Amino acid sequence: MIANKVVLRFASSLVGQPIIYHLVKEYDLVINILKADINPHQEGYVVLELSGDSENYNRGLKYLRDIGVEIEPLSGTIAWNRDRCLQCGACTSFCPVGALQLARPEMEVRFDESKCIVCKSCLDVCMARAVEVRF
Amino acid sequence: MQLCENLFFQKGFNFLLFTDTGQENRGGAFMAIEKTYEEINARIKKGEAVVVTAEEIIGIVAEKGVEQAAREVDVVTTGTFGTMCSSGVFLNFGHTKPRIKMNRVYLNGVPAYGGIAAVDAYLGATALPESDPENRVYPGRFLYGGGHVIEDLVAGKPVKLEATGYGTDCYPRRRIETWITLADINDAILFNPRNAYQNYSVAVNLSNRTIYTYMGVLKPNLGNASFSTSGQLSPLLNDPYYKTIGVGTRIFLGGGIGYVAWHGTQHNPCVPRGENGVPLTGAGTLALIGDLKQMKPEWLRGTSFIGYGASLAVGVGIPIPILNEEILLYTAVKDEDLYAPIQDYSSDYPNREASNLGRVSYAELRSGKITVMGREVPTTPLSSYQKAREIAEILKGWIKSGSFLLTEPVQPLPSVDSGIVLKGLEEKKNNG
Ligand code: SF4
Ligand code: SF4
Repeated sequence: MIANKVVLRFASSLVGQPIIYHLVKEYDLVINILKADINPHQEGYVVLELSGDSENYNRGLKYLRDIGVEIEPLSGTIAWNRDRCLQCGACTSFCPVGALQLARPEMEVRFDESKCIVCKSCLDVCMARAVEVRF
Repeated sequence: MQLCENLFFQKGFNFLLFTDTGQENRGGAFMAIEKTYEEINARIKKGEAVVVTAEEIIGIVAEKGVEQAAREVDVVTTGTFGTMCSSGVFLNFGHTKPRIKMNRVYLNGVPAYGGIAAVDAYLGATALPESDPENRVYPGRFLYGGGHVIEDLVAGKPVKLEATGYGTDCYPRRRIETWITLADINDAILFNPRNAYQNYSVAVNLSNRTIYTYMGVLKPNLGNASFSTSGQLSPLLNDPYYKTIGVGTRIFLGGGIGYVAWHGTQHNPCVPRGENGVPLTGAGTLALIGDLKQMKPEWLRGTSFIGYGASLAVGVGIPIPILNEEILLYTAVKDEDLYAPIQDYSSDYPNREASNLGRVSYAELRSGKITVMGREVPTTPLSSYQKAREIAEILKGWIKSGSFLLTEPVQPLPSVDSGIVLKGLEEKKNNG
């Protein structure tokens, strides 16, 4: 028995395909969808809690990889330090799901943890080191 | 002296000023409103000055027209908050007992320049500890540099000072290791040789790999476009010909009070300008000075640009006295009317080649996406519009409360008639 939290990222061509259905139906996996989003470039992001017996689990993951889904383990959570944040907005153009967002017209940077898929794209681009991964 | 074509635009702009307000030409005497620094300061002292931000003035002019707005408004405040690499601080540590002539100086491991008097040093914002791996592990992180030391000093944190000297008859000591705080040391004078650039390029990456620049991370194949300005709130975009901002202008600097010390390095006023007089590329710059001891860490922040280096984000706010309608009209400039050139940072910029990727307005940049070479590109802001607005508000509050008076420049900055031509550095084989 394996249970893991993973992030799936897939290209626009796969958006609209019943991927989750296959995982449940053909690989007998138990799936708990934590977050899901399609970004403005029509790429899909899903954070899942995935469990099943280890053979099915690995076959399920292989199925995903074979159809071109990128799989990464979900590790940690992102903490945004409001006081360290310079409010520049640089990170918001790197965040694929709008968890870090520049609210207009206020031009204020806001962080919505419930949307964050811990892809870590924001870490390197923050000049103030205001975003951190917490484990 | 070489006169710039910009003067033409200046004249053209005065003409616009007429038609905009619908005024008749009164035999050339179109300047109906004239105020002096003394009159404005008298009103500030009485708590009667009307002060608005460079953002607020836009709506006021649209509603009331130029003439009435110029009559009513005394001061327009501007602001900008972004990384400005050409920044640093002069420090005087006080004399040790016995005395040392500090030759090499380190603050929290970051080298400061000790090639001045015995216990004076200059710490630059981009200085890095000798132990920093820099870009040897690419892209480097540059977690702690001169800008971070400055932030720590301003925050009142103890900073480790290590200095060595070679020993002289008058300065026999060769080494000192101690802790200092900003309050302990005699002087800390922030002196930034180039801040508040008047306009700046938009950076894109035409190559097929991610690049790491002082304009941030640039994704391959036009993946994003970064820009760094507060646009319609930015000091020199609101006074395009430096008619009020000059040597001696009192300003908001790093949360305290500072002054314009000189024109900044690379000050380049003779560039092409739009009909509104605003430069279409990087142009004027300011050298700023102020007492670090009264500044705040909130407005002087160490920054780390992955793959590029460490630096300092500086908050600057400059008041513009509304001496007449012309000056008011400059302050009413909108993001829609401010244009920046797009430059490729994968090849053109590093090789000092011109980029020909067109221009975009700050309104487009601020909207979150622009079009470059027919493609939609998301924009990456590097300077905070929200904090710029906050600075303009703080400065407005200071002036309204009567605690901040305006200064008339003791000398204007070189403008479009200066004949300045920005030079590159050429390699020469010998000194002939
Ligand atoms: S890790 Fe950062 S970039 Fe990725 S989703 Fe979370 S906030 Fe956005
Ligand atoms: S990049 Fe960093 S400093 Fe800038 S808005 Fe994002 S979290 Fe704040």
